[in-house]
Amino acid sequence: MRHPILALMLGGLSSAALAQAPELTVYTYSSFASEWGPGPKIEAAFEAQCHCDLKFVSLDDGVAILNRLRLEGRHSPADLVVGMDDAMLADARATGLFSPHGADLSALSLPGGWQDDTFVPFDYGYFAFVYDSSKLKNPPKSLKELVERPDLTILYQDPRTSTPGQGLLLWVKQVYGDQAAAAWQQLAKKTITVTKGWSEAYGMFLEGQADLVLSYTSSPAYHRLAENKQQYRAALFAEGHLPQIEVAARLKSAPHPELAQQFLQFMVSDQVQTLIPTGNWMYPVTQVALPEHFEQNELPAKTLSLSETQIQQGRKAWIQEWRQAVSR
Amino acid sequence: MLIADELTLCQDDWQGCFSLTLRRGEILGVLGHSGAGKSTLMALLAGFLRPDGGRLLYRSPDKVEQDLLPLAPAARPFTSLFQSHNLFEHLSARDNIGLGLHPNLRLNQAQQAAITAAAQRLGIAELLDRRPDQLSGGQQQRVALARCLVRRQPFLLLDEPFSALDPALRQEMLAELASLARDEDIGVLFITHQPDEVRQIGERFVLIEAGAVAWEGSVEELAAPRGAAVSRYLGLSAPAG
Amino acid sequence: MPRRYWWLPGGITAGLLLAVGLGPLIALLSQAPLAATPLWQDPYLRQVVIFSLGQAALSTGLSLLLALPVSRALHRRRFAGRSLLLKLFGLSQVLPVIIALFGLVAVHGHGGWLARLLSSLGLSLPQYLYGLSGIVLAHLFFNVPLAARWWLQSLERLPANQWRLAEQLGLASWSLFHHLEWPALRAQLPALAGLIFMLCFTSFATVMALGGGPGATTLEVAIYQALRYDFDLQAAGQLALWQLLLSGLILLLHHRWPSEPPQLKVSDHYRRQDGARLGARLHDGASLALVALLYLPPLLAILLSGLRPELWRALASPRLWHSTGQSLLIGTLAASLALGLTLLLLISSRHLRLRLGRRHWAQGLESLGNLILVLPSAVLSTGLFILLMPFTDVFGLGLYLVVLINALASLPYTLRTLQPAMEAVAHRYDRLADSLGLAGLARLTRLEWPLLRPALGRAFALAMILSLGDLGAIALFGSGELQTLPWLLYQQLGSYRLNEAAATALLLLALCLALLGILERGIGGKDADCR
Repeated sequence: MRHPILALMLGGLSSAALAQAPELTVYTYSSFASEWGPGPKIEAAFEAQCHCDLKFVSLDDGVAILNRLRLEGRHSPADLVVGMDDAMLADARATGLFSPHGADLSALSLPGGWQDDTFVPFDYGYFAFVYDSSKLKNPPKSLKELVERPDLTILYQDPRTSTPGQGLLLWVKQVYGDQAAAAWQQLAKKTITVTKGWSEAYGMFLEGQADLVLSYTSSPAYHRLAENKQQYRAALFAEGHLPQIEVAARLKSAPHPELAQQFLQFMVSDQVQTLIPTGNWMYPVTQVALPEHFEQNELPAKTLSLSETQIQQGRKAWIQEWRQAVSR
Repeated sequence: MLIADELTLCQDDWQGCFSLTLRRGEILGVLGHSGAGKSTLMALLAGFLRPDGGRLLYRSPDKVEQDLLPLAPAARPFTSLFQSHNLFEHLSARDNIGLGLHPNLRLNQAQQAAITAAAQRLGIAELLDRRPDQLSGGQQQRVALARCLVRRQPFLLLDEPFSALDPALRQEMLAELASLARDEDIGVLFITHQPDEVRQIGERFVLIEAGAVAWEGSVEELAAPRGAAVSRYLGLSAPAG
Repeated sequence: MPRRYWWLPGGITAGLLLAVGLGPLIALLSQAPLAATPLWQDPYLRQVVIFSLGQAALSTGLSLLLALPVSRALHRRRFAGRSLLLKLFGLSQVLPVIIALFGLVAVHGHGGWLARLLSSLGLSLPQYLYGLSGIVLAHLFFNVPLAARWWLQSLERLPANQWRLAEQLGLASWSLFHHLEWPALRAQLPALAGLIFMLCFTSFATVMALGGGPGATTLEVAIYQALRYDFDLQAAGQLALWQLLLSGLILLLHHRWPSEPPQLKVSDHYRRQDGARLGARLHDGASLALVALLYLPPLLAILLSGLRPELWRALASPRLWHSTGQSLLIGTLAASLALGLTLLLLISSRHLRLRLGRRHWAQGLESLGNLILVLPSAVLSTGLFILLMPFTDVFGLGLYLVVLINALASLPYTLRTLQPAMEAVAHRYDRLADSLGLAGLARLTRLEWPLLRPALGRAFALAMILSLGDLGAIALFGSGELQTLPWLLYQQLGSYRLNEAAATALLLLALCLALLGILERGIGGKDADCR
């Protein structure tokens, strides 16, 4: 008992003392870096070609990554971040912490195209509420129905830490406009809890804590392909769905800028993009083939969108509106 | 000889000024009401309290005078014996006596022998390996006396050392103390509440009142007081002469 | 150390404490000037303040209300398991909060014991564990035992002759309560209520784990969220100052009714005779059953979690052992720092008090150690964060900051443990030691160490257990690499991974209990118990 603990304690003190290869530090969200996420495979593949030590530091969720960077400022030990999304770009840009990616993005085939010299997209998806069709027989057909029906229970994520939570914030705002506060209050009544990250909410949903959980249209594919379970479905809403594009970027203060650039290029390579569908359970951003049965009539018929400036101007006020409405 | 000359202590609500002398081999009784300043006098002599004025001198047999005031308590020619807590509870009787010889208990053979001799002298040779909580009150004070013995200091300051003991035991200890002072030529300052004890073993006494020596005399005066202060203290109505 | 340098250890420590207190305070003020904090104009701030005070008031009131009949019943009855129950009650103060929360979730949560029991009867359990009701439930769990024990001791301190007299006068149960018990209980009421209110007002882990989103957020948690969720330094500073103001106010009010907790020792026991009537039996039975149902199942759930077969798989998780290592490292460092600071302070304050007779100065010096009561750890951490941010990567220093905050948080307790012991040694042996020339190293090894060892052991164990249970500091400074057991447990509870949480809770509990035993014996020596 004594020696392993001693070793651990010493290990905690001098974790970086013996590193010979350069260590590339990547901030990401927990489900990306977890053993069942795409992180470990990406790490192995990149380390095989970079002669470096890739280290994922997992934070609660995408928004928490930016919060952490802002708290650390230019003293951050990170080289890269993976897992912020398109809704955060304005805020992220405003920090002045990121440097241009310098990567060749000609292979991208995103639905709306991509023009940005700082942020590199690596996957995309559509926010959706996921349910278990063996338990919930009549899922809501619209966001309005979800908000108004009294018999449903939901789990979602905190918009201050999590990109899906932030997505829902924008979604509700776009559908309800000035009535958003009232909608949040109605939602609060059926909310089991607001979690910090996607993993917690989804884990609680799988344990049967709620009828619906905020996730992605592509989430049921995981259950079909990885677990051979057919009962999970994404509820498609009549108002349309908000897309999410997840991005990676390197920091101005990165200790290893060249390696970081190399990693960004690597993120849009076929090698990584083929890992995305069955690793992160999202859509790849290049023309790699999707696995069989990944798609099953789950692409939303209608998509919504907000501009970067709209989000930048409104976000803080919307968060306060949400915070105020759900604390009543 | 010990000479205290107007040793003065000024505190917020109390003031004292003491003058007295003590010879080697002599037992001087110190009497007085509670709060009169008996224990303060002893603390001033021993160096536990720093006086605000006055002198404290030690005149050795060869007439050399030494100023005691700058000296730390342990460097002064005294050994003190209190009413209680004279022993360290966590140390054996042997170590408690040994501390009188060397603060770190690194003792040579001669010092070990001195401990044994002192213990034999006080009849506690069998008890040396016990700890204070395994000794009776009388035995504890004997251990403390044994430490006074090995320290070989010319003066002994006693603050009601036997007041917690039974009458019979107290008599025994008084006799022990008297013979110790005589045999070893030790000057004893003996604070007590009991005039009888002073009459029994002392030669002179001082009476402390309100922070000063109010009367000084021979022990016979305790039977027939000459000063008003002594009569008052003894509870007699008027001086008898 | 030569005696003329007596002021050095305390002086250095005092300077350090003042710097650690004032630096963050100035950083907070610069971030959020007091004048610019219009409480009633910011609905969110108002909501948070009202909720903080409201939940604390509700928790305090209910705790006292429930503890009152329980303490009477415990005083009136002798039954099998009574002393065990009292021992378990004592546990509520030592047990890290997050462990108890695990027990509460295992019993009251979705799919917990209660839900399963009800569903086997065809009923469904309403959702009450998250939000105000859950927070109050947890606070009752911690504070009903505390109050009941405290009041029981007041009752046991009533002189036996008063009971005999009352019995001779034939006073009925109600009159007994009115004339005998209530005055004794009321005397302790302000102090007890103040303590419980303060504990609930600053309760961090409970609100974090059971708060269930922004609807139930207290100031401490709001500070944490403003900093870590919103990166809103100004809001964090403003909230921290409000927390400072309010807790200072509560402390001040509390100080106006000083009363010591009653002593444990009771010389004269008397078995009161008024418990035989039916009314008294019903009263006692009901209140004891209620408190047993509140308190025992969660404790049992923690212990029984050790029987789960999944435990062994969870114990193999490297993350668990990494957290254990970090917890032990932080705990050891924090306890050593706390002990060091305490000793340095006390060396000087003891000299001031006993040798120089400056009682008030000594008290003033010692009260610096209670810094954390005035500057709660959430406020201090936030201030430190804002202070250090411009200069360095705060998360890189996370370990040391957590150690510092934990050490400061346990200072009041280590001071209270060591101060009487150190003073007793000096009081009893100073003159003897001086007259024998026992000073310096000899005094340290021959006198202070052997006599202080038991108290040192207790203080170290106490500080380490407090640090092992900390969630506040680690929540702010923790990161992927800096993980402690409570933080891991909090995350596992947050995502309902109860099997893994069970292993973490059990390990943390075992560590705390083992520490309590080993450290008291190890440092305390073989006679640690008899002092």
